[in-house]
Amino acid sequence: MAHKSMNLTLKVWRQKNAKTTGQFESYQVKNISEEMSFLEMFDVLNEQLVQENKEPIAFDHDCREGICGMCSMYIDGKPHGPWQANTTCQLHMRAFKDGDTITVEPWRANAFPVLKDLVVDRTSFDRIIQAGGYVSVNTGNAVDGNSLPINKNAADDSFAAAMCIGCGACVAACKNSSAMLFLSAKVSHLALLPQGDPERSTRVMNMVAQMDKEGFGACTNTGACEATCPKEISLSNIARLNQEYLLSSLTASN
Amino acid sequence: MTWNQIFSTSVGKKITMSLTGIFLILFLVVHAGLNACIWAFDEGETFNKAAAFMGNNWVPRVLEIGLFGGLLLHIFQGYSLELANRSKRAVNYAIPYGNKGSKWYSRSMAILGTLLLMFLIMHIYQFWTPSRLGGMMGIEKLPEATYNGKEIHNLFYEMKEEFENPIIVVFYVLACASLGYHLAHGFQSAFRTLGVHNKRYSILLSSLGYGFSIFVPLIFALMPISFLFKLV
Ligand code: SF4
Ligand code: FES
Repeated sequence: MAHKSMNLTLKVWRQKNAKTTGQFESYQVKNISEEMSFLEMFDVLNEQLVQENKEPIAFDHDCREGICGMCSMYIDGKPHGPWQANTTCQLHMRAFKDGDTITVEPWRANAFPVLKDLVVDRTSFDRIIQAGGYVSVNTGNAVDGNSLPINKNAADDSFAAAMCIGCGACVAACKNSSAMLFLSAKVSHLALLPQGDPERSTRVMNMVAQMDKEGFGACTNTGACEATCPKEISLSNIARLNQEYLLSSLTASN
Repeated sequence: MTWNQIFSTSVGKKITMSLTGIFLILFLVVHAGLNACIWAFDEGETFNKAAAFMGNNWVPRVLEIGLFGGLLLHIFQGYSLELANRSKRAVNYAIPYGNKGSKWYSRSMAILGTLLLMFLIMHIYQFWTPSRLGGMMGIEKLPEATYNGKEIHNLFYEMKEEFENPIIVVFYVLACASLGYHLAHGFQSAFRTLGVHNKRYSILLSSLGYGFSIFVPLIFALMPISFLFKLV
């Protein structure tokens, strides 16, 4: 197959630090191979900026293989760019055409303040997890597969929920900056398994309280989160979280 | 955990929206059913009698108080959620995600709700106030109709008069369209908020929701249209 390369204009959000207000800056990049990933294209641009004695663009990334959830870029009006079920690092330049102008913004939410350029502070997610997204006891080594029977559907749903990589695209996509898809993935993943069952009521209550404290909005079931989630976390997890919340509050002893 | 705490988290507030919403949906069924009596083609006799029953029997009157309470709660909570949610993103995107990720009406519940509120104020002023409070505090009285020697409000005649005005009819039809879109999202969202997540029920409820959001507003819209074109 013929190898194509392209010239692009990038409109990128630049912001010195959390205290300053930022602005868009335009850059030209040339001879970008369609086989490059979006982040590799940014590496090329940054190299170019360094050579011009300019400050390179700060952006988050780690694994570059779609599993760590760090690569937070809002590309042309969609978190993680135009492809479905995909992270920015796995977005390839063949998604674009020669001559395109691509606008790149950081995640926008008060609970994810911009630290610099495209890097946002997502420790609010960590604090939600710390509020209950765990099993309190050490469950020991992996036991024999059949010693603890688990319903197949529950196991499947739990695994599907455990796919969440905590990237925050759901918050970025939501008009309410709600973290409910993330939270519901964490709650579902544990509530469906016997190890997570004993703490399920306190978990959901504490995690919802922490989510509110961090300044995320309320879910209005628009589905924008599900549409952008790189791991295709289903909206039905949110309904499950609501059920967990309702049952926990109705059956609470005090 | 106190009741107050339960209903004051972001999830709890949505539960209030959902419960009041479902209550209002039930009210719509009763209201549409009752008003469909205008199509009995008896110059409004069935309709007037049904309306008189609702106005004079204590059960619907008590429910009516609940209805106003539920409505106010839905409005108040709805606006407070909308304002809170809007405040969570101080800097907006240059390019919004928009319709690529969600339906426009699911993101416009507050605007659709505001249109409905404006309609409701006019609607209550047109029909409810004269029928319940007519004669008091200088409020205009409804005309009366006599059936078997008994005098009751002639609400049918009142509708006929009001809907002679095409502007009012257009306004009503637009309100029904807002209602349809509000329900198209609200119906299924209410059940999701109450925790319905089994595939079987969520598919059933979303089809039921779309059906409801087309059928019920259509029935309502056909009422002023029927009067305007003198079909009843
Ligand atoms: S639910 Fe999806 S979009 Fe949200 S944090 Fe998890 S992986 Fe990212
Ligand atoms: S860099 Fe790890 S998911 Fe993209």
